[in-house]
Amino acid sequence: MQVRIPGLLRSYTNGAETVTLELSGEASLADVLGDLDDRFPGFKFRIVDEQGAMRPHIRFFLDGVQARDLATPAGRSAELMIVGALSGG
Amino acid sequence: MATGKSKSARVARPARKTTLLIATRKGLWTLTGDATRRNFKIEGPNFLGNVVHHAMLDPRDGKTLLAAARTGHLGPTVFRSTDRGRTWKEAAAPPAFEPGSGRTVDHTFWLAPGHASEPGVWYAGTSPQGLFRSTDGGVTWSGVAGFNAHPNRKAWCGGDQDGTPDGPKLHSILIDPRDPKHMYIAMSSGGIFESTDRGADWKPLNHGVRADFLPDPNAEFGHDPHCLRLHPLLPDRLYHQNHCGIYRLDRPGDRWTDIGVSMPKSVGSIGFPMVLHPRDPDTLWVFPMDGTSVWPRVSPGGKPAAYRSVNGGKTWQRQATGLPKAQAWWTVKRQAMTADSAATVGVCFGTTSGEVWGSRDEGRAWKCLARNLPHIYAVEAC
Repeated sequence: MQVRIPGLLRSYTNGAETVTLELSGEASLADVLGDLDDRFPGFKFRIVDEQGAMRPHIRFFLDGVQARDLATPAGRSAELMIVGALSGG
Repeated sequence: MATGKSKSARVARPARKTTLLIATRKGLWTLTGDATRRNFKIEGPNFLGNVVHHAMLDPRDGKTLLAAARTGHLGPTVFRSTDRGRTWKEAAAPPAFEPGSGRTVDHTFWLAPGHASEPGVWYAGTSPQGLFRSTDGGVTWSGVAGFNAHPNRKAWCGGDQDGTPDGPKLHSILIDPRDPKHMYIAMSSGGIFESTDRGADWKPLNHGVRADFLPDPNAEFGHDPHCLRLHPLLPDRLYHQNHCGIYRLDRPGDRWTDIGVSMPKSVGSIGFPMVLHPRDPDTLWVFPMDGTSVWPRVSPGGKPAAYRSVNGGKTWQRQATGLPKAQAWWTVKRQAMTADSAATVGVCFGTTSGEVWGSRDEGRAWKCLARNLPHIYAVEAC
């Protein structure tokens, strides 16, 4: 899977705009974020809170379709796009 | 009088550079003054675009800095420097409530180094109200269960949606210099609480404090202290600036005295910050704001001024020399006023309009040290 990293999280990826992950077909979006956090410590907590909920102004798109739940299957998606949602003027 | 402080703490420090940590809505700056405190140099920003609510130097080693940050999109974290800000690294486990508790930290609001005998111990207060401890210099943080899971916590604090416009906060974490197990905290809202067992249990300490906004103005808890201070050389002397007055308490007493009643009626006794003289427990400063009608939270009448008392709050003197005389509609947040420990104490504050003002003569005259910064949340001298 290719993960598209928004500018606001690239301090974790040493500036990389995309990250490639090898996933099992059963992986969920939560698993993807867990893998990213293993690779880039601290990454997940900035976008998912301690109760496992997506933070209010962060959106996730799997192959262009918004995922509203971290349990969403993701292992067979080609791309995850993480977006800092427009939330102001 | 037991002080718990070494002799060196009671004497003025020799003239040397003063550094101010300026935490703002858009990042962290430093403002360094030379030994005369006449010439200041600004450097920064660090963490541009981050909301930095507080930054503190560890007085125990003189080189560890912690900064509490979040952004509009990203969740809260803590950054650490072990070289006075030259390099920074994110905490491995920032303050966060227990999974399954249903609570989430919106931002870390207050950072407090622990007792002098416990190097590496820090405390953090969050919004909504939570208390956290680190024992490794801020690398990892754990909730203080004695507060966060206290059966009365919700009664004391209300729901996480209650409280001040920017979210309810736990702040003013104070450690008795004589005893690391003896702590005070303050909450907006919730009131002031005391622990004698390192945070395992807490009791309200609000007798005598008005809560004009509650059905029972003499309630045991639910008050809105804005800033609580303990004098380091006389740890039984507490002061606090409240939503409803200015108060003093001399322990072991447990009833606060409203020392705001001697403020001019035209100014009132509402404000956010409070600063104590580092060596004279009877001298303190407040910075009043307009708390009338819809709570404009600006300087009363657009005429900002500090007020100083040199007799423990019996009387107050207006200190506005050098400050704008009119049409200055800013105020000073609760962490945004500080004092140094020079022979003639320097007092500094940062404004909601992004200016830093300083006095090198204990508030007699003020000079603008920096302007055009973002909204300032905290100013700490180090």
